[in-house]
Amino acid sequence: MSILVGEETRVLVQGMSGREGTFQTERCIAFGTNVVAGVTPGRGGTTHIERPMYDSVRDAVEQEGANVSLIFVPAAFATDALLEAADGGVDLIVCITDGLPTLDMAQVAQYLTKKSVRLIGPNCPGLTSVAEKQKVGIIPGNIHAEGRIGVVSRSGTLTYEAVSQLTALGIGQSTCVGVGGDPIIGMRHRDILELFENDPDTDAVVLIGEIGGTAEQEAADYIKNHMSKPVTGFIAGATAPPGRRMGHAGAIITGTAATAEAKKQALRDAGCYVSDSPGQIGITVQRMLTERRISA
Amino acid sequence: MKIHEYQAKEVLKSFGVAVPNGRVASTADEARAIAEELGGRAVVKAQVHAGGRGKAGGVKVVGSPDEAAEFAAGLLGSNLVTAQTGPQGVPVNTVLVEEPVDIAQELYLSVTVDGAAKSPVIIASAAGGMEIEEIAEESPEKITQVHIDPLIGYQPFVGRRVATALGLDAALARPFGALLGGIVNAFQNKDLNLVEINPLVVTGDGALLAADGKIDTDENSHFRHRDLAELRDADQEDPLERNANDKGVQYVKLDGDVGCMVNGAGLAMATMDVIAQVGHAPANFLDVGGGGTEEQVAEAFKIIVSDPDVKKVLINVFGGILRCDVLANGIVSAYKEVDVNVPIIVRMTGTNSEEGAEILRNSDITVAVAADLNDAATKVAEIN
Repeated sequence: MSILVGEETRVLVQGMSGREGTFQTERCIAFGTNVVAGVTPGRGGTTHIERPMYDSVRDAVEQEGANVSLIFVPAAFATDALLEAADGGVDLIVCITDGLPTLDMAQVAQYLTKKSVRLIGPNCPGLTSVAEKQKVGIIPGNIHAEGRIGVVSRSGTLTYEAVSQLTALGIGQSTCVGVGGDPIIGMRHRDILELFENDPDTDAVVLIGEIGGTAEQEAADYIKNHMSKPVTGFIAGATAPPGRRMGHAGAIITGTAATAEAKKQALRDAGCYVSDSPGQIGITVQRMLTERRISA
Repeated sequence: MKIHEYQAKEVLKSFGVAVPNGRVASTADEARAIAEELGGRAVVKAQVHAGGRGKAGGVKVVGSPDEAAEFAAGLLGSNLVTAQTGPQGVPVNTVLVEEPVDIAQELYLSVTVDGAAKSPVIIASAAGGMEIEEIAEESPEKITQVHIDPLIGYQPFVGRRVATALGLDAALARPFGALLGGIVNAFQNKDLNLVEINPLVVTGDGALLAADGKIDTDENSHFRHRDLAELRDADQEDPLERNANDKGVQYVKLDGDVGCMVNGAGLAMATMDVIAQVGHAPANFLDVGGGGTEEQVAEAFKIIVSDPDVKKVLINVFGGILRCDVLANGIVSAYKEVDVNVPIIVRMTGTNSEEGAEILRNSDITVAVAADLNDAATKVAEIN
């Protein structure tokens, strides 16, 4: 068992025949991911990296029983790809593409709610279930160790950093999820925490946040009121000046609630362990596990 | 992307939002002529991509065309320093000359994106003329927020709801609804990140007028809004940042002395944080991007070392899509083209980190290699 993906997962890849799509899909397959089809309009009936290609998501769902879509198509076509995936009948969409117009995402989010389809991303590294060997995204496969810690983060390489620190200390992971850095995303930190709380194979959680927005406060609220499992948090951007955009559009400091200090305080108030330094995330988790008597 | 007030007002006007009569001028003579057309009295406003213009001396009510020309002459070609700019300020290349507004009441109105609700949100307050952050701090009960369903868009009932919340006279409710509808439609049709009208003025004879206008566009949507993309004013951007962004590198100049190059925005901010923890300050934020190429790495390196404030460089890369050998090759090729007189600390891990280390060892660059993030921070503090 793990969250979002597992042995029942059957992945189709939208944009699989592109350069990036090919490169990353091969790595997913090497990790063990059950990739059953690729979708590129006009390529139906052919094969690519030994997988059948379809013209539409609907065809891939009907013919191959695909239930997860991984999206690599360029930004200008990604909105259409997201809507097609939701309409086509998958349960979960993971959109790696960055650069989607914000208001497109506002419409997509409403449509997905109506269809009861879950979305990770866009502008995210995707997710990896370590125990179930399902990597649906671009998190490097070799940084993980199998274990019982869930990881949820907004960013890409900072997620890899945190996971590597855990692995170096012999602390394995159950599922690692990068939810993405855009202003409007599908599942947010809070939603992933709820899945971890209900996952029998996760004992504790690492939450990586950033300046901007209020996702970490929502998460802290959930932790305080609903979560029994311990959480270690880290918030990046303590040194970022107010009002400046630091790469992720969602990271503009819009008010005092959006600062690193406000977010850390919210996590502390919710009873979380908080790592003040990005270099201490692994050690803080180790301390949490020792104090809460959880074996790594 | 920020655009100028006069450009924002053109966009709003095209959606039926009333703005004061006036035009933009790039010379003192033009400013004089426009003031004359407006009947002599006018407001002259510096056009810069920064707030706080009024307090910084960038806005003046003038009594005659000559005074308009004189004030414009003082602003044009100068740099305006406001609370939101650095000490060097931003250049004033144009001024907006408008008819003075007869103010009976000032309101605040904006539309932006609420990530938590995944929708556009209207923010309105009867306490106009103040910064919304101040209102939020001092009297949050004076702020009304109404979300717009992105699939339905603006509806008249939304206008009535906001008008009631603002305590507007019944006679104003209908024109207010029309104005708000124009603003929301501009926001949605032009894919904007922010429209802010502060103040929205109720005039002495009961008309509504957008006395100021601020628009932030969504660069991700510029592929379908060429007209907005063309409004870019590169003169308002920091020259180092402009150069970097043109080369696909996300760069923000900061005031410390440790230059840093990182892949990924989150890790870049975390790297700035560790630099601060050892008593130093980052000279910049720099994200070479997930799919950075050798050329982008080389450009990024040149940008960092061309900053005279930089006394040390920390390169922190977690190889993923950007491989460490590509990074190393980029650094080596840039190193040949520029004079580097500052120590370089490199922390590389992830995809092809061994190959990357080998490339740096075989080059004539002296670098201090850090084992992990903590070691990198220690070396930043120790190496001079």
